[in-house]
Amino acid sequence: MSATEPSATPPTGRGALQKREARLAWGLLFPTLAIVSLVVILPLLAIFWISFKPVGLADLRPTVPVVRESVRGSGDDLRLEFRVRNTSQEKVIDGVTLTDTLPLDLVVTEVPEPCTLTAGNLFCDFGTLESGFNERLVLPLDFDGDEDALEELLEGSEPVMTGTADNVLTNTEFTLENFARVFDGDEFWEVLWVTLFYTVFGTIGALVMGLFAAMLLNKSFRGQGILRGLYLFPYVAPVIAVAFTWVTLFDPFSGSANALLIQMGVTEETINFFGQRPLALIMVTVFEIWRYFPLSFLFILARMQSIDSDMYEAADMDGASPFQKFWYLSLPMLVGILSVLFLLRFIWTFNKFDDIFLLTGGNAGTRTLTVNVYEQAFAISNIGAGAAVAVVIFFCLILFAAFFFKFISREEGL
Amino acid sequence: MRHASILAPILGALWAYIGCVTVAVVMSFSTGEAFRPGFLVTLAFGAALGFIALQVRRPAVLVPVVAVVSFLLSALGFGALVIGDGVSTGAEIVAAILMGVTIGAGLALILAELPSGAINRHEAEDAIIRFLTGFGYIFFTAIVLIPFYVMVMTSLKSQSALLQNPLDFSLDFSKGSDLFRSYFELFGQFNFGSYLWTSFVVSVLTVLITLAFSIPGAYAVARLRFQGRAAFSRSILLIYMVPMIVLALPIYIAFSITGLRNTLIGIVLIYPVTTIPVALYMLQGYFRGLPAEVEEAGLMDGLNRLQVIWKITLPLALPALASVSLYVFMIAWNEFLLAFMLLDDPSKFTLTRGVAMLNSSEIPREHLMAGAVIATVPVMALFLGLERFMTKGLTAGSVKG
Repeated sequence: MSATEPSATPPTGRGALQKREARLAWGLLFPTLAIVSLVVILPLLAIFWISFKPVGLADLRPTVPVVRESVRGSGDDLRLEFRVRNTSQEKVIDGVTLTDTLPLDLVVTEVPEPCTLTAGNLFCDFGTLESGFNERLVLPLDFDGDEDALEELLEGSEPVMTGTADNVLTNTEFTLENFARVFDGDEFWEVLWVTLFYTVFGTIGALVMGLFAAMLLNKSFRGQGILRGLYLFPYVAPVIAVAFTWVTLFDPFSGSANALLIQMGVTEETINFFGQRPLALIMVTVFEIWRYFPLSFLFILARMQSIDSDMYEAADMDGASPFQKFWYLSLPMLVGILSVLFLLRFIWTFNKFDDIFLLTGGNAGTRTLTVNVYEQAFAISNIGAGAAVAVVIFFCLILFAAFFFKFISREEGL
Repeated sequence: MRHASILAPILGALWAYIGCVTVAVVMSFSTGEAFRPGFLVTLAFGAALGFIALQVRRPAVLVPVVAVVSFLLSALGFGALVIGDGVSTGAEIVAAILMGVTIGAGLALILAELPSGAINRHEAEDAIIRFLTGFGYIFFTAIVLIPFYVMVMTSLKSQSALLQNPLDFSLDFSKGSDLFRSYFELFGQFNFGSYLWTSFVVSVLTVLITLAFSIPGAYAVARLRFQGRAAFSRSILLIYMVPMIVLALPIYIAFSITGLRNTLIGIVLIYPVTTIPVALYMLQGYFRGLPAEVEEAGLMDGLNRLQVIWKITLPLALPALASVSLYVFMIAWNEFLLAFMLLDDPSKFTLTRGVAMLNSSEIPREHLMAGAVIATVPVMALFLGLERFMTKGLTAGSVKG
């Protein structure tokens, strides 16, 4: 009996049950982990790789030899032609060969260099194709049947070309030029300044507006639900729909906003809201505030409704005025949610791309870092430079995230 | 400020100006005719009104008085509300009634509890807050409604009519079904029926795939103990913060090389990945809130973990699943960046990509706005129908922008 007496202390180390639970947990997490690392981690690594490479948009199309087969001439002058090309104007292709199967009963009178024809199998070894290579291989034929039928017969087998070209994505050529271009002079500082302006004012504006909207709706009255639904509209509607609506509304020629301002006597001539500095930057920031105040409003309202009303009653007894109650009671209760919202919205506004891209396309002094990624990669067709901007963004993000976790984990216990 | 006969005229003047601007904007936007607020006259009118309202607080008296006075003032051309030439008498009467309702009734409400004579700080601030509240309702409703109003109305008007008078949104109902011409053309010539269907299929598939991945993951993070749980929980949030444009570039390259660009399979592959972290984060929060005892009872009765998830946790979590599904559906439906970068072939467009295609100088504005309406209406209908789930989903999904 005494030998099997249970010990008074709990078992240490990991027991079988615990191990099984952990195994199950990893099993359940595996699909998510796999797909996330495939689509998030891998691209992130790729972006670092690409940012050190001289890649343009055109380099994404693989450089391969191209061939077109055709039957030319007629009667005695009948000939089979292969037109071989290297479409790249810059790169050479190595180890280029052409193979094709010709009908056995076809008589080829002369096989050109560098080809051989054995038992209907045509094989040509071109070696290296220079950039822009474009030549015809002519095989004179001796044939006196129906020429249309011959063409069909030849179409039965397609010529196959092989050849490898140096791929800039996988070779070991590296450059720092992308980063040099990104950090180049005034442009970078302007982009950074625009990003900061947009992020800081967009975030603060949306928070303040959200706070006001939440205070409006933090009482029950008929129609409260309707108004709450209505105030969420800007956030729920597709960004593309609302962005184009704003562009239409503020159009300098046919926009209602300009017509209204002129009629009200606010301005004499039309204002090009999204087309001139620095108004365009202010307008995209206002759009950001308009579109995202519903989100902050929703959170702040949820927090407000969970504040105990006893406190306000006690304050009433003490004779506190409404503004005093807001300043000394409500606001301190909301500081937690406001700071969480501020940090999260800050990061998200920093990351925002669609809105500015749709409103101004990054013109008129509204090019933020994220728009710059697109601008470099697709407008200037320099994928490498776009990737370099993305790397810069990524490092900013790491900085924000470190700050976020240091600060928020205390606040919300995430 | 501590005397009602000072505070009331100040609030009256400010409120009258706000009311006047509101009426002018509403009338301009609905008739296209010339209405504007006069500055000094309105302030004086409002100050006098604030003084009177202190004596007579009944809206039943104030509304008609303001309406009649404002009609007369406008007709004489002083105008709190200045009305241009050629405005029909009917419109003038409607404007006067609106003035009466907004300014008269509004002031009556603002000053309702303000005593005459000396007032204390509490009473003064109460009146100011009532004034600010009234202003807040008008302001927020206006900024939200005006863009959507313009979107719908522009889609029903012709571009040339709008160029002539950009404020005239009145509809010509004699045109009958021709009013919806741009919609017919979008569905007829621009293939919007198929885009609508594509968007629907892609969004539904995204929801299903997201749930299939995130439910087990969220359960594991919420309930099971394993090493690295806290780190995992954090890295979900971290991944959630990586901007899409950073990922979109390598994805574009990878899809170009593998030939997944311009395929819906590619889109369905990539959308769930943007939503899985959000869904996982939202669901694990909900699973944590469920009582663990029920699950333990299930385990005691001989179910294994997977059966517990399937038979106990999921039925209990149905409301959360609804919120998450709605939220994910909304993200997928509204997604623009990836669709824009990865789809070039008009036969495979999603709705947002289709609308982006309409943004060209060769296509009239009303088509673009009609496209915007088509993209907005389904997600709005879903939102209004299931608002409770949706707000819950939005609050839980907090961080997503």
